[in-house]
Amino acid sequence: MDNVSSIKFFIPELFLTVAVIAVIIAGLINKNKNKFLIPGMSVAALLGTVILSFTQYEMGMNSLFFNMTVLDPMSVFFKILVAAATIWIVLFSLQQHMKVEYYILLLITNLGMFLMASANDLLMILVSLEVVGLSSYVLAGYYKNNMKSSEASLKYVLYGAASTGIMAYGMSILYGLTGETNLAAIQQQLLTQQPYNLTVFISIILIFAGFGYKIAMVPFHFWVPDVYEGAPTPITAFFSVAPKAAGLALLIRFMTTVVGHQLAPGAAEWLQNMDISAPLLIAILSVLTMTLGNTIALQQKNVKRMMAYSSIAHAGYLLMAFVVFNKEGYAAIMLYLVFYLLMNFGAFFIIHMVAQKLGSEDIETFYGLGYRAPFAAVSMAIFMFSLTGLPPLAGFIGKFYLFAAIINGHWYWLAVAGVLNSVISLYYYAGVARAMFLVKTETKDAVSFQTFDKILIATLVIPTLVFGIYWTPILELTMRSIKLFAGN
Amino acid sequence: MISLQTYLIISALVFIFGLIAVVNKKNAVGILMGVELILNSVNLNFIAFAKYVDLSIKGQIIAIFVIILAAAEAAVALAIVLNIYRYRSTIDVTTVDLMKN
Repeated sequence: MDNVSSIKFFIPELFLTVAVIAVIIAGLINKNKNKFLIPGMSVAALLGTVILSFTQYEMGMNSLFFNMTVLDPMSVFFKILVAAATIWIVLFSLQQHMKVEYYILLLITNLGMFLMASANDLLMILVSLEVVGLSSYVLAGYYKNNMKSSEASLKYVLYGAASTGIMAYGMSILYGLTGETNLAAIQQQLLTQQPYNLTVFISIILIFAGFGYKIAMVPFHFWVPDVYEGAPTPITAFFSVAPKAAGLALLIRFMTTVVGHQLAPGAAEWLQNMDISAPLLIAILSVLTMTLGNTIALQQKNVKRMMAYSSIAHAGYLLMAFVVFNKEGYAAIMLYLVFYLLMNFGAFFIIHMVAQKLGSEDIETFYGLGYRAPFAAVSMAIFMFSLTGLPPLAGFIGKFYLFAAIINGHWYWLAVAGVLNSVISLYYYAGVARAMFLVKTETKDAVSFQTFDKILIATLVIPTLVFGIYWTPILELTMRSIKLFAGN
Repeated sequence: MISLQTYLIISALVFIFGLIAVVNKKNAVGILMGVELILNSVNLNFIAFAKYVDLSIKGQIIAIFVIILAAAEAAVALAIVLNIYRYRSTIDVTTVDLMKN
């Protein structure tokens, strides 16, 4: 579809772009007189984007801007997910009184993630990854007078730049093999020409460096603990969910076009384009990712750093479902991401609130919190057990569908490794609950949090509890969304 | 007439030199120079393939975009390095280790 007729399928992104400009101008005029104007505008812009994206479910499947991006239900699902995640982050940063740039960068990152979710061309993948990357580097170092924050941003930018370079090299090889940059065209070329397997495999591994870096996959995870610990906590929560979700959207599209092709038009199964055993590679990487994340998380004393390793482990669980190469696996990933957003945001927000009041993120700070701040402590325990995957919480349902998908695909050893890892993770998640409720401390004075923060936590706790019992609406949404655009 | 292989060998060499610089350099600016080498090898690859394989301008357009991305990345990265330098008076990345398990 040409540029002019594409515009009517591109309205959420255009709306967001206009909102970014409006926020910049409002920030110039406002001069910090009204503290709630800029966050209010950002939330309104994001809410508008979510609503506009919902209307796109009815628009069917199209390829836009000469096949640069696509509009399909899967991209719409991920757009709604990342925009909703950003709304929570903006609301949660409200108490910090961040400057205007903070909100502008969040909105630009959001735009980049929208493009990541719908990218259908090597060029678009490269550009959208850089848009997200460059604004994330600055956000990680937002407290520029804080040494930890600056260090986080330095490590993020160095690893990010290197992995983008390696990914671009892989893309150049893929382009050389096929002579095409469009993902669907590359698929066609791979199927008809059948180039040398090893070269394709190497180029796919090099491209995985870029995706793996975004979703915190071993062996591209080195930046995660330091960046997550040093960055401002709302931004850490953001990194752990939103760019990861967009990276997974990109990976799903890459797996279904460059690595695999649909068995028949509209079929639920994909076959590999080349004989390169990509499922085995992903299975090994996912086991490594979750085992490394979980075992190192056991030794952590700082809860924020522990959550960083836990987020590596969760990247491993999410990668597991890629091995089966069918709609069931991709739907399980999308379902798990929704629940992961709720519980991970909740956990990071409570760590943030506690650190604001008591001045530290160490596990000692949480001792006896069950008696000093019951609401926060009970919510934290719920999030921790949900992250472990215990019933009747949302995390259990998410893990149930992930494991069901891989067991239906006969990957039994992978399922066993995943279950064993969940057992390991129970130790450190329950350790936080134990610190809050079972450790007696000298100080008994109550810690009071603001009502606004409590309401925000409630918006995350209630869905975590409700979706553990009644998850049909989310399941139906993911089933409706798992339609991918294939072809030109 | 220079063959495609010549371009690919040079580009692979530049890529490997860049990778070695990224892994071995202690100076943050040195690492960024390694990244620039990697991106230049990517450009060389794209342009060579556009000339010999594709015979269209897709590869050349990507190369232009990669140049722009490299410039943007260098701008952000140098600002971050400058911020580190202001507080530590050094940009040796091995000394930047406040956070360890």
